[in-house]
Amino acid sequence: MKAQTLTPASKSVRAARAAGDRRKGKSKSDGWWPWLFVVPTVAGIGVFYLWPIIQTFYYSFTKWGVFGGTKFIGLDNYVRMFADSTIPQSILNTLIYTVVVLLGIPIAVILASLIERPGLRFAALYRTLYFIPYITMPAAVGIVWRLIYNGDFGPINWFLGLFGIQGPYWTSTPGFALLAVATVGLWMSLGFNLIIISAGLREIPRELFEAAEMDGASRVRQFFSITVPLLTPSIFFVTIVTVISGFQLFDLLYVMMGKANLAMPQTQSLVYIFYNQAFLQNDKGYAAAIGILILVIIALLTAFQFRIQKRWVNYV
Amino acid sequence: MSESMLSTKSGVESRRSGVATAGPSRAGGKPSDRDGADRDGAGRGTKGRGAKSHGAKGGKQGANVLAHCVLSIGGLAMISPLLYQIVMSLSTNAEVQSTPPTLWPSVVQWHNFADVFTSMNFGSQLWVTVAITVIRVIGQVLLCSMAGYAFARMQFRFKGLILAVVLSIIMVPSQLFLIPQYQIIQNLGWLNSIAGIVAPGIFSAFGLFLMRQFFMGLPDELEDAARLDGANPFQIFFRVMLPLAANGLWALVIITVLWSWNDLLWPLVVTSTANAAPLSVGLSNLQGEHANNYPILMAASLMAMAPILIMFLLMQKRVMAGIGRSGLK
Repeated sequence: MKAQTLTPASKSVRAARAAGDRRKGKSKSDGWWPWLFVVPTVAGIGVFYLWPIIQTFYYSFTKWGVFGGTKFIGLDNYVRMFADSTIPQSILNTLIYTVVVLLGIPIAVILASLIERPGLRFAALYRTLYFIPYITMPAAVGIVWRLIYNGDFGPINWFLGLFGIQGPYWTSTPGFALLAVATVGLWMSLGFNLIIISAGLREIPRELFEAAEMDGASRVRQFFSITVPLLTPSIFFVTIVTVISGFQLFDLLYVMMGKANLAMPQTQSLVYIFYNQAFLQNDKGYAAAIGILILVIIALLTAFQFRIQKRWVNYV
Repeated sequence: MSESMLSTKSGVESRRSGVATAGPSRAGGKPSDRDGADRDGAGRGTKGRGAKSHGAKGGKQGANVLAHCVLSIGGLAMISPLLYQIVMSLSTNAEVQSTPPTLWPSVVQWHNFADVFTSMNFGSQLWVTVAITVIRVIGQVLLCSMAGYAFARMQFRFKGLILAVVLSIIMVPSQLFLIPQYQIIQNLGWLNSIAGIVAPGIFSAFGLFLMRQFFMGLPDELEDAARLDGANPFQIFFRVMLPLAANGLWALVIITVLWSWNDLLWPLVVTSTANAAPLSVGLSNLQGEHANNYPILMAASLMAMAPILIMFLLMQKRVMAGIGRSGLK
């Protein structure tokens, strides 16, 4: 504006002074402008996320009447939770599921070290193939897998039949059902693990491998002495993500087994119990307490992993 | 509340942004200070790759053949469920239920795909899914980028405190929001409506954080120049900074599309009629009604995931980079 009428020299002086002013101003405040940017989102997060957390915490101390209305019942929901035998069972189920899905991490490390070999052809194609399951809709692939696991004519049992093995009714037999769901979980998460680990792999300086080769280290030795140790930060990250999302198991379970499945009590996850109590049984107070339990378990597991990371994660 | 305190508190986020910088497209996203180590590694990695091309390639051929064997067999195994799905969607119900499994139908049953529209509410569910995805993407792109920009590059009171609260919400599992969110939607009379499915998901603590990280990595000069030209913060944001954040926005768009299209639990809770439900809910409920019409189920599920698959195949690099940034879905 006014600056345009000034000579170039004075313009730069002006600019320097303005920048100085700004720097000084920056330590204080940009006035009311920031609020214009921030208020819609912060208000939305407050209404739909922050306040609900506080409410859920409160609800966990209440009992919900059939016709609405809540009554404060202190710790009763928590007492009930500790006496409820389906809770430890579902925690165990969730842990088993998570452990199976965690097996995808070593698989991803091996696959990534193959895909990321310098100059390997079709690397992009392989990445695509392995990544596709991750982006598919769980509700849709759940239906497909349910058919694949079908006890009468599913291809898995047909294949087992070739060896004279009578396959079980996978999705309706306790034990097998959880294994079936967890295998699909592993299949879905592999692409994500692969991407993160591949990115970590690309950061490892090639000189290390060259030096090792000159020293006569075999490929297997290189893999265990260079690749794996230097990948530990990526491995740590996918482990955290896998454990957190493992405890969120719901979609696959719901779609592959269905509400009416008789094996559900032995297979259900914590989130499924939460859903069942909150929206099918309409016992929202108890469900809220289960929600708090999920939060506590995830927080403890994550804290535990951060605590022990020093023992095995190498940050260069 | 100081920044350094935040960074120790949100350890997962810091790893997340570390991964973001390591992702396929580094895209000018400057990592925050705590990612110094990763950044360093990335730099040396690139250098190393340059030097490598001169290296001996002698014994690599044999090893590469082995790699191709493992990778192609594994890759085939990964997509075999989808190939199975395609074949079954084109077969008759009798062929689906035959053993040994049908490798290719004797007569290709294209009409299965048309039948999906007549035997379930596929049309309306597709519309709901598209609508919630589009609205959520537009809402998040606008709101998260504005808020992320302010948190990255402006000063205001309680900034650190608000940011700390927002970040801690990212770590909280969704079960802690669901019941009160349901009540809000119920009280607004929005059950079984697109508005009800969309409302909470327009706001995203994660999206805000993602965009903040991205804006923090942009240079000051352009912003300063625009300010000197007398542009107000709104103009600076929309004309100068937002176009610069295209890579970050892509990541946000992709994550939001995936999440919105595939999400099951929340829409399951707020919809009870087949017409109001998105595809994820429709498919999971279909199991009971059409449990035995397998070709229709396969055709419906294939069509439900097709748009995302096509999006992925068209922009693989962007999707993988976007997911690399996302950490958690």
